[in-house]
Amino acid sequence: MRHLFVNGRCSYPQVTTPEGAIAMARQKSISARIVVPPVRPPKLTLAPAPLWHRAAEWLLRCLAVSAVVAIVLILVFIAKEAAPIFYSAAVRAEVTLSKMWVPQLWPGYDESASIWQPVSEIPKFGVWPLILGTVKVTLVAMAVSVPLGVGAAVYVSQYARPRTREIVKPVVELLAGIPSVVLGFFALMIMATWFQHLFGLESRLNALVSGVALSFAVIPLIFTFAEEALRAVPRSYVEASTALGAARWQTIAQVVLPAASPGIAAGVALGLGRAVGETMIVLMASGNAAIISASLVDSTRTISATIAAELAEVVFGGAHYTVLFFLGTLLFLTTFCINTLGDWAIRRMKIRLGGST
Amino acid sequence: MTAAPGAVRDRAALAQTTASRTRRNSVADSVMAVASGAALLIVLSILAVILFDVIRNGLPRLTIGFLSEAPRNGMTEGGIFPAIIGMLEMVILMTLAGVPVGVATAIYLHEYASPVSPVTRAIRIAVANLAGVPSIVFGLFGLGFFVQFLGAGIDKVFFHGEKVFGQPALIWAALTMAVLTLPVVIVATEEALRAVPRELREASLALGATRFQTVLHVAVPQASPGILTGTILAVSRGAGEVAPILFTGAAYFLPQLPKHLSSQFMSPSYHVYVLSTQSPDVDATQPILYATVLVLLLLTFALNVAAVVVRSRMRRRYTGATA
Repeated sequence: MRHLFVNGRCSYPQVTTPEGAIAMARQKSISARIVVPPVRPPKLTLAPAPLWHRAAEWLLRCLAVSAVVAIVLILVFIAKEAAPIFYSAAVRAEVTLSKMWVPQLWPGYDESASIWQPVSEIPKFGVWPLILGTVKVTLVAMAVSVPLGVGAAVYVSQYARPRTREIVKPVVELLAGIPSVVLGFFALMIMATWFQHLFGLESRLNALVSGVALSFAVIPLIFTFAEEALRAVPRSYVEASTALGAARWQTIAQVVLPAASPGIAAGVALGLGRAVGETMIVLMASGNAAIISASLVDSTRTISATIAAELAEVVFGGAHYTVLFFLGTLLFLTTFCINTLGDWAIRRMKIRLGGST
Repeated sequence: MTAAPGAVRDRAALAQTTASRTRRNSVADSVMAVASGAALLIVLSILAVILFDVIRNGLPRLTIGFLSEAPRNGMTEGGIFPAIIGMLEMVILMTLAGVPVGVATAIYLHEYASPVSPVTRAIRIAVANLAGVPSIVFGLFGLGFFVQFLGAGIDKVFFHGEKVFGQPALIWAALTMAVLTLPVVIVATEEALRAVPRELREASLALGATRFQTVLHVAVPQASPGILTGTILAVSRGAGEVAPILFTGAAYFLPQLPKHLSSQFMSPSYHVYVLSTQSPDVDATQPILYATVLVLLLLTFALNVAAVVVRSRMRRRYTGATA
């Protein structure tokens, strides 16, 4: 066998292939002396993309920020119309922030009150009746839609056969597709009469009717999110729970539902955002009386319905107009916060389930 | 040998508690199944009751004449032809303005953008929030931005201050609705792009196509059913919404069909709202009202069913191709 002599010392067997030489050169003892050039892949050159491709891609990039531009424009332009409440003397002569938020002692009233009467002789812009109305209607809607939406989702994801699910999901999408004006119409024409007969109510249109009708718009949202979250819970969770001796209901109530809770919470948050901002249903079915009352069966008026009902008849740039845009800004910011929370919950759900599977 | 009496008693007691626990669990199991099943039944029956009521009251009045005639006699006779035409014009304009932008956004998000870049995150947050903005806020936005700002600006520059575009108009309602339906298109298109197998894109790139060619000739054609789904859902949403067009262009009654971008227009959805809340003679207009609601309901259902069919066909195509 021939040997390679380096510095007069026999070190390695003679190599005959380039691979062998490289392998040998990597050995510490001789690497200092033999320099092997690094192996480079052959360089591939692509023909440059035609100019119009690059132009089109640039256009694509510009169009892609449209959603961001839209949301910024929405905020800027409704806030712009609401801003005179802070500086315009003409507007501030009629309404200021404190007149809106702090109950005032109006002439003819015994004690101070928050009253919404924008077109009376002395315009009164107390917002509390509207906020209370929004809260009441939203609470009714959520109290109906959360149990129904989550319950139906539990059934479809845990008990039903896959075929049932294939039928139920498109049907619920149909429910989601009903225009809100049709739901409002149904509440106004049919449900209001039913409720009046059923509970012997004084006013036909009230927070209860509009809240229940509103829940029809919210249920599909909650159902879809909850169902998807429940189905995304890994099978291994269920198997582990069953192996530990838990009954089926225990597994569902104590393992599956908690694991899916961020997804359900996201659905509830989006449903809440929808309920707070939904306009046509409450405009048509709530009776639109701006009164402060804790009763669910009194006629009531929400922020969104107020904007829809009154904006068509106001003087552009006047105090009433400004206040309505102010309420719109308030509505926008409220739903923005709720939706951001929901979005955050979705992301947490993904992280949680992604980390466990 | 026998076991100690105490142990026997323990075992008997254990068997008894196990049995009672099993019984309790089986009761709780059925309670849960029945309760959740009842929730599902209630949800489904809501839809059934609404459908039943609207069809029963609306169908007798729904004739060809109802769809092809103008309203007469203070809305108590005739049909809703101008409203249907107005809605069609608005929806077509909305689609032309909104769908290309939505598709472009989805393509950028899925084919070009790095998923972690701040721009991508900003777009995603904006899309999610845009979907949640209340429709009445879109109405305010349409009035404040399109009518008062853009429209008045156009009038100042091109019409010497004469009021042409600076008032509620078809084009402003359509653009407002395009912004409202943007998230629908984006989400549907992106979902479709996500379903296109990676290998198709890699094959295209390996054949020497540029990235843009791959997007244009491989990804987008493959995702076209999803784009169609998004468009259909957007149209369905646009046809049914009222709040955004309240102040941006809808009118209760017009003697003429809208002929110009700056005309106002009638819409079945707005028709339903006005007839059911501000009608002087509710009994006389009720049949027309029901028939209009039925038209609206059938239209949105047909569109939604079409969307579901297109989507399920697309899914089958890909699950069939990869299996």
